[in-house]
Amino acid sequence: MSPWQFFLGHRAEILEATTTHLTLVAISMAIATAIALPLGMLIVHRPTLRTIALGVASVFQTIPSLALFGFLIPIPFIGGIGRRTAVVALVLYALLPILRNTYVGLTGIDTAVLQAAEAMGMKDAQILWRVRLPLALPVILAGIRTATVITIGVATIAAAIGAGGLGTFIFRGVAMVSDAVILAGAIPAALLAIAADFLLAALERRLRVA
Amino acid sequence: MHQNSVRGARAKYDGLSRKVKVSIEMNAKTVALAEATILFKDVTYSVNGNATHPIIDCISLEIHAGETLVLLGRSGSGKTTLLRLINRLLLPEKGEVRVQGRSTAQWDPIRLRRGIGYVIQEGGLFPHFTVAQNIGLVPNLEKWDASRIARRVDELLNLVGLDPREFSARHPHELSGGQRQRVGVARALAADPPILLMDEPFGALDPVTRAELQREFSSLTHRLGKTIVFVTHDLREALLLASRIVLLQSGRVVASAKPQLFLQIDHPEVEAFAACLGTFHGSGTARDAVPGVST
Repeated sequence: MSPWQFFLGHRAEILEATTTHLTLVAISMAIATAIALPLGMLIVHRPTLRTIALGVASVFQTIPSLALFGFLIPIPFIGGIGRRTAVVALVLYALLPILRNTYVGLTGIDTAVLQAAEAMGMKDAQILWRVRLPLALPVILAGIRTATVITIGVATIAAAIGAGGLGTFIFRGVAMVSDAVILAGAIPAALLAIAADFLLAALERRLRVA
Repeated sequence: MHQNSVRGARAKYDGLSRKVKVSIEMNAKTVALAEATILFKDVTYSVNGNATHPIIDCISLEIHAGETLVLLGRSGSGKTTLLRLINRLLLPEKGEVRVQGRSTAQWDPIRLRRGIGYVIQEGGLFPHFTVAQNIGLVPNLEKWDASRIARRVDELLNLVGLDPREFSARHPHELSGGQRQRVGVARALAADPPILLMDEPFGALDPVTRAELQREFSSLTHRLGKTIVFVTHDLREALLLASRIVLLQSGRVVASAKPQLFLQIDHPEVEAFAACLGTFHGSGTARDAVPGVST
């Protein structure tokens, strides 16, 4: 059977796996951003917490993805087989790029601008919300983009612990020694990553002022 | 010691006569001030408590209403630090800085800074704000209503020689260096603060634009009647703009005089600065090269 025939024959199934995949990525990215963005803002003025947060996030990033899934399975409440464990792993994976870029974006602002803001009597919160964050936004978004692309990739492996998604086809295809089945998962996954990268890059360009 | 007190007394006298004039001009608006607008009292400041090499070494200085005081000095002489002590970006380690009769340590920093305009090199404009938003920043923080801010922005753009219709909606990166600096001045003046601090505002401009802005700014200061503290390492600029020049060296005041008298001061650092005038501007004596000295 050619990949194309397989693709046409299993349209509904592939579409469903794509939806599952995207949901997995969206949930993980939402949680990761909700954690890493405020944390990134918090560590700007707290050097000790910064070292710890960036250190821990890099450790998670360093662990091979399949191993990370493996580590999580025996842990009660967050572990086990299924989608919940996958989301936890994906969140841990996505933390570092968002956290690091938030921190770098917030601190990499022209000192003259920050000094002017302070000298004109802006309060710390006003400087953060009106100056630092808007100016850091393109950099933060670049972090979210990197994290999204990583998450789309790692989410294919989440199929190994029963989270579903496009990885299901890849693993099944490997087991069946069928290129067609592998490609039915691999091609949509690759396209998703490329599309996400492209869209977020376009958004980033729009936000960059100078 | 004796010389210092004579100088101090003379400065005080100059300041007093000027203050009387200013308060007549501004009549009811300014209640005659009991003391100098800005007063440094034995101020010492050093980084990380490094007491052996203070950046500011026990400086006492009075700055009076309506004065354009130029702080002149080499890099590292402490002039920018002195400026930052005024709007409480820094607090003195010893002594106190009094602004409008109150120690900066007692001022609410936000209130203090909103009453002091601040202009720095390259303007320090917010790159994500339009020109109008940049200028309207402090009025906006002070919660003026939108139409009043818009009127004020137009007024200020005209004041600094930029057409509001052409420039209001632009972003800083769409301006030339000179235009950015004009916007920086307009932004500092937005809420009509009585005090203006300027840290080498024209330092990054090409010589022609710089001379243009210096001339315009000089005439602007006369009309505005603000108390201005202006930091520069350029003696020509100091002579052109100042009503009084204070020369700093290693965190101390080594000379203080009206521009007309400054070059006559017998001090090696004054001579060092004066010597640069001659070498930089080729022919003629230092005095010839200086605009405004003869007036």
